[in-house]
Amino acid sequence: MEKLFKQINQTIMAELQTGEHLGLNFGGEESTFTRINAAKVRQIGNVDEADLGFNLILNSRRTTGSISLSGDLDEDLIRARGELERLRVEVVQLPEDPYLVIPDSNATSHSDKHGKLPEADAIPEILLPAMGDVDLTGIWASGRVYQGSANSAGGYHWFASDSFSLDYSLITPSEKMVKATYAGSEWDQAAYEAFLADSLTKLELMSLPPKKIEPGDYRTFIASAGVSDILSMFSWGGVSEAAIRQSESCLGKMRNENVKLSALFNFSEDFSTGFTPRFNGNGEVAPEITCLIDNGELTNTLVSTRTAKEYGVESNFASEGEGLRAPSMAAGSLKESDVLEALGTGVYLSNLHYLNWSDMIGGRITGMTRYACFWVEDGKIVAPIENMRFDDSVYSFLGENLELVTEKQHVNPDVGTYDGRELSAIVCPGILLKSFSLTL
Amino acid sequence: MDLQAILSGIDVRADWVGLRYVKENTGFRLVRDGKPEANTRESKQGVMVEVLVNGQFAYYGTSRLDKRGVQAAAEKAVTLATAASKYSLHSFGTDARPVAKGSYSSPFQTAADAFSPGELSNLLVKATEELKVSDKVVTTNAMARTVETESHFVASNGSDVDQKYLMVSADYSAIAHDGSVTQKRTDGGLLAKSYQAGMEVFNEADVLARCRNIGNEAVELLTAEECPTGTMDLVLAPDQMMLQIHESVGHALEIDRILGDERNYAGWSFVRLDDFGKLQYGSSLMNITFDPYVENQFASYAYDDGGLKAEKEFLIKDGLLIRGLGGKESQIRSGLDGVANFRASSWNRAPIDRMANLNLEPGTSTEAEIIASVEKGVFMTSNRSWSIDDYRNKFQFGCEYGKLIENGKLTKTVKNPNYRAISNPFWRSLKMLGNRDTFEIYGTPFCGKGEPNQVIRVGHASPLCLFGDVEIFGGA
Repeated sequence: MEKLFKQINQTIMAELQTGEHLGLNFGGEESTFTRINAAKVRQIGNVDEADLGFNLILNSRRTTGSISLSGDLDEDLIRARGELERLRVEVVQLPEDPYLVIPDSNATSHSDKHGKLPEADAIPEILLPAMGDVDLTGIWASGRVYQGSANSAGGYHWFASDSFSLDYSLITPSEKMVKATYAGSEWDQAAYEAFLADSLTKLELMSLPPKKIEPGDYRTFIASAGVSDILSMFSWGGVSEAAIRQSESCLGKMRNENVKLSALFNFSEDFSTGFTPRFNGNGEVAPEITCLIDNGELTNTLVSTRTAKEYGVESNFASEGEGLRAPSMAAGSLKESDVLEALGTGVYLSNLHYLNWSDMIGGRITGMTRYACFWVEDGKIVAPIENMRFDDSVYSFLGENLELVTEKQHVNPDVGTYDGRELSAIVCPGILLKSFSLTL
Repeated sequence: MDLQAILSGIDVRADWVGLRYVKENTGFRLVRDGKPEANTRESKQGVMVEVLVNGQFAYYGTSRLDKRGVQAAAEKAVTLATAASKYSLHSFGTDARPVAKGSYSSPFQTAADAFSPGELSNLLVKATEELKVSDKVVTTNAMARTVETESHFVASNGSDVDQKYLMVSADYSAIAHDGSVTQKRTDGGLLAKSYQAGMEVFNEADVLARCRNIGNEAVELLTAEECPTGTMDLVLAPDQMMLQIHESVGHALEIDRILGDERNYAGWSFVRLDDFGKLQYGSSLMNITFDPYVENQFASYAYDDGGLKAEKEFLIKDGLLIRGLGGKESQIRSGLDGVANFRASSWNRAPIDRMANLNLEPGTSTEAEIIASVEKGVFMTSNRSWSIDDYRNKFQFGCEYGKLIENGKLTKTVKNPNYRAISNPFWRSLKMLGNRDTFEIYGTPFCGKGEPNQVIRVGHASPLCLFGDVEIFGGA
């Protein structure tokens, strides 16, 4: 794939005309998917695809486009030249863009990670026998993912990575569920079977009779997977500088009214894990670590070069949408073995579901509890709870009601596949809250 | 490309082979505060090769469109199907892919290329100027999205279906700010105005009039009272009913979901297989149809991606659940009647059960009669927040704009209106249903489901509705 990208890049860049600036972005994957229901194969298949994005700038005007690539150089050069011509016809018709960013970074990088992945036709045989007769539903995804970026200033980046993930739910006959994700780049059959066996152990806890709890405010522990759902909300009306400037951010109060979260809350963009590339669509390379919230204070936001130009601030080379690419919340002091004792009596939430801003500007999020969630009394799990709706503000549960943070960060891989297989992960600990509002 | 010729050249040992070629051009233009933010076009094309071997379907999506590429994809799909057939959830026969021959084209008056990029950009710039009705409007956005899709499906059983779509979505929004209060108003919810139509949707006089109203209502909300808290009557506009139908009826009735396919992602359903024909889903006023032939509705089509011919069907009749949202595979697995809704988001995904046009049929009440019947309640319009549990029971939805209803009259504007309820009791509390004069058509390009994930377009239409004794509340 890199050879194809390089050849197209060299050819197209050589054909640019005076005054034209061009950025090219490559995205591709060779993926195997196996959808599982009741520990059987529901759907199975492969997808090979590659796309080439164009960012053409001419005379203070900009237009973008993308095309599917076939993998055949001759055919793809025809498509690429056709797209460039279409963009040339369009760009002169558009209004001037005062905030456009001419790709001028000549930085280069190269990362090509190879793993050990099972062959596509071996996947049913390696996955399913170990599941036995448990009701397991989930999705296997594996294969190689590619990202590339090049521009007319000579910048060039390439990132390729092998990975697999089995994201699954285990379900009891009474419809209680446990969620888990086994992911990596080096397949290890014994490790997979041990991981699955551990999940089955957790499922046993769900066989206790469920407890129905009433709406109200409860002492609550949210495990790392649930915290990752909350943190992902900061990509949508959160840490984006543009969103704050345009009054579409839950963190506007922190900027404009000097409101602070708990000093226990430390949040950053941290690429040191290496899950995702540091370069963005303009070929700019973000700092390895950008501290966003330090001891509860908003210290930085994600700033794209476009936003920097519009508002006269410094870019930290965020993506154009200024979403989180490598979110990381710092660990605290609470030992995981002490969580139940520290919770005392209250609610233990393993996972959350379907979060949305119920009042973005007020920082209020609603969503559901899901999977292994328990009622705890005097530091002991008493029963799984029936799922509850919550509706509470980050200024409350990450503010005055944040009591403790666990001392271990967990890696929560993004197994999303809407726009192709995601590479990122949210790294975060669990949180103990003095109060959390359950509403329905 | 000559898909039939490629199909006839495929040499594999399979009980059925299907090819679905999709080419889709998605144009998107966004202007913020009079300046261009995005002018882009995404062009995607590829072929989904599906085979049936030993009762197991397998697929291979490839962007290589020549004979050799498709042949290679078919061979790999056969290998996968053979390997998986030992562990099949269900052993299918060829009846899962009916023979289909036909075509479909979206209705439109003005073709997509009738507006040049410059003309459309200029209209969007004007729209943002019109949205800024005062200095308190701090951000304005105008966006236009056009999608042109060609889908050609051929199969070894003789199926040959050619469908062409032109889809247009637009949205205009204003954010107003004063002191510590910020309010946003859109054109009926983000991209709710999504249709199978042409560029006639961008009639300048109509667009600019709507923008003035949006700007004015955003400013009006700055000084509005907070929505009251309490249990009272709720009148929902059709643009919010779109979301209400989608989340608390549509997803709950997807048969693949009821069969458990989705339990690791979006969830299960409170509806069970033996509820069909028995469950009183809502009040007797409730009639829900799957209707793929509503003029200009966003998810109209003639055949689904498995080759099943689309027909209008009642899913809920007089409040009684009678039919599910399931394509041929789900109908075979469940033994239930379904509809032609086995759809894929593009060439690179396999079909699953999706909503298409799912509508609440109109009743007999006028808007005036509905409002006059309410002693104390809230009218809400334009969705801004949505969340529902994995069984499609406990939901909480929020709207952009509300009006108090007091003693049969619309009175004060209220901000941050929200409500929460549980699906069946909520629909059973449907007290009055607007007539055809109150009936409006909406859609969204963004319905997410499935593993691997797929986002697909759906359409929903509804009259004005009155629900009794709903838990209503305001903002933070």
